[in-house]
Amino acid sequence: MTATLHRLDRKLANTPPASAKTKGKPLISLKGVGLTFGSNEVLRDIDVEIGEGEFVCVIGPSGCGKTTLLRILSGLIQASRGTVSYRGKEQREPASDIAIVFQDYANALLPWRTASQNVSLALEAAGMPRAERRDRIAELLSKVGLSKHADKFPSEMSGGMQQRLQIARCLAQNPSVILMDEPFGALDAMTRQKLQDEILSIVSESNVTAFFVTHDLEEAIYLGDRVIALEPNPGRIAELIDVPLARPRNQLTTREEPEFLALRRKLFDFVLRYE
Amino acid sequence: MKALKGFALPILLLILWQVSALAVGIHSDTLAAPVEIAAAFAAGISNGSILRATVMTLTAAAGGLAVGAGLGVAAGFLFGLLPPLSRLARITVEVLRPVPAVAILPIALLVFGFGYPMEISIIAFACFFPVLLLTESAIRQISPRLMEVARVMRLTSVQRTFKIVFPAVLPRLFVAMRLAAGVALIVSVTVEIAANPQGLGYNLMLAGQSLRPADMFAILFWIGLIGWTLNWALMRTERKLFPFHSLRRGEE
Repeated sequence: MTATLHRLDRKLANTPPASAKTKGKPLISLKGVGLTFGSNEVLRDIDVEIGEGEFVCVIGPSGCGKTTLLRILSGLIQASRGTVSYRGKEQREPASDIAIVFQDYANALLPWRTASQNVSLALEAAGMPRAERRDRIAELLSKVGLSKHADKFPSEMSGGMQQRLQIARCLAQNPSVILMDEPFGALDAMTRQKLQDEILSIVSESNVTAFFVTHDLEEAIYLGDRVIALEPNPGRIAELIDVPLARPRNQLTTREEPEFLALRRKLFDFVLRYE
Repeated sequence: MKALKGFALPILLLILWQVSALAVGIHSDTLAAPVEIAAAFAAGISNGSILRATVMTLTAAAGGLAVGAGLGVAAGFLFGLLPPLSRLARITVEVLRPVPAVAILPIALLVFGFGYPMEISIIAFACFFPVLLLTESAIRQISPRLMEVARVMRLTSVQRTFKIVFPAVLPRLFVAMRLAAGVALIVSVTVEIAANPQGLGYNLMLAGQSLRPADMFAILFWIGLIGWTLNWALMRTERKLFPFHSLRRGEE
């Protein structure tokens, strides 16, 4: 036990920042990315590569630019410095196979459309003929466990169901990359754990690359292959941390593993520095 | 059951009114007993005078509503989508908006003379501003998140307009229409009372001036009934068309 911890400590201590490259060919790569709003420097010198099928989580104290980084990756906003490339090409605007799960599902869903119509929006955007949509919608809704609620409006659904619906709509885009901005932040603990496992199985089934912003440190460790720790003012990468936990992960056993606990300790210490 | 409770008070008042009229025995030029009013109403319906006047008033109200709300929606969309234009027009709107619609009656009378065009122009003036403001704010209140969703899904601008903007604005637009319809009815009757020799307002005025209180009250209640029915029908339509909207409001 102590031996493991020691080995782990050495391993963690030896993880040099910014050199933690990905195993395969990078799908997304950021080089020297920075962003300045007026006189406010939000992000500085972000260098990171994300490989295909990788699950990368981003943590950091509030105001460190986590969400901004996600928005730059998505192409919704442009970096002021550096380059963001996706599949080797510069990312200038949202790509059709990059989906975003927003935290505020209530604003992101169309309140005048039922669950299946909301999923349909992504298919309509992709130009799928009406006849083919029905089966695809049913398939996606069943994937997130909403088959019985296809005709409900979002306002008739619980928070967890609405977030599931948003995830289904993102999957309808047939994404290679899913960007998630604190998607479970507004949900209760039980629902959050269930959705964490659902997202893990969805990601592993479809070999999607995931970029997951969260303020929940344990969630980051539980989900991620790697965790990016950002420090604030301006937002910079403090550390890139590999998560050497076996998959599939389990809410009970994974969270009890010594590596999990060591990482948890490390990240807590990191965040506490900025409180 | 709840609906019935609502009727208890007016029925009670009517009975009290009738009883006191019988007890005191009013032979007044200003008041009439409910039974006389009902008789006057029945006469007005059977000789067609009330229905003719109703058609005139509602035609003017509908015409004014169509013109005023139509222009209001158009201007509201322009102002909502182009904030510089809205800023440019703000002072003008703020100065014109508080002008009571009836105050432009003399001008309208000079321009159009008596008849529908004069009445419609005043109703349109009254409906224009609330619809303009409500439309503009409806557009402003489209969640920016929805526009991001549209961008992430790479909706074309036509798709964005028809799949996001219109449906997002429609429920609020309908509320604006419902309010404007109420305004249109009020202003039409007001204009008819004040100047225009046609419609329910004029008949009401005439009944008053020729000391026929039963006729006067019959028309008064009839106008109330029309207004109530109109609002009820529009509310129902609203709930039917936008079930999610009322649900959402119910939650908040």
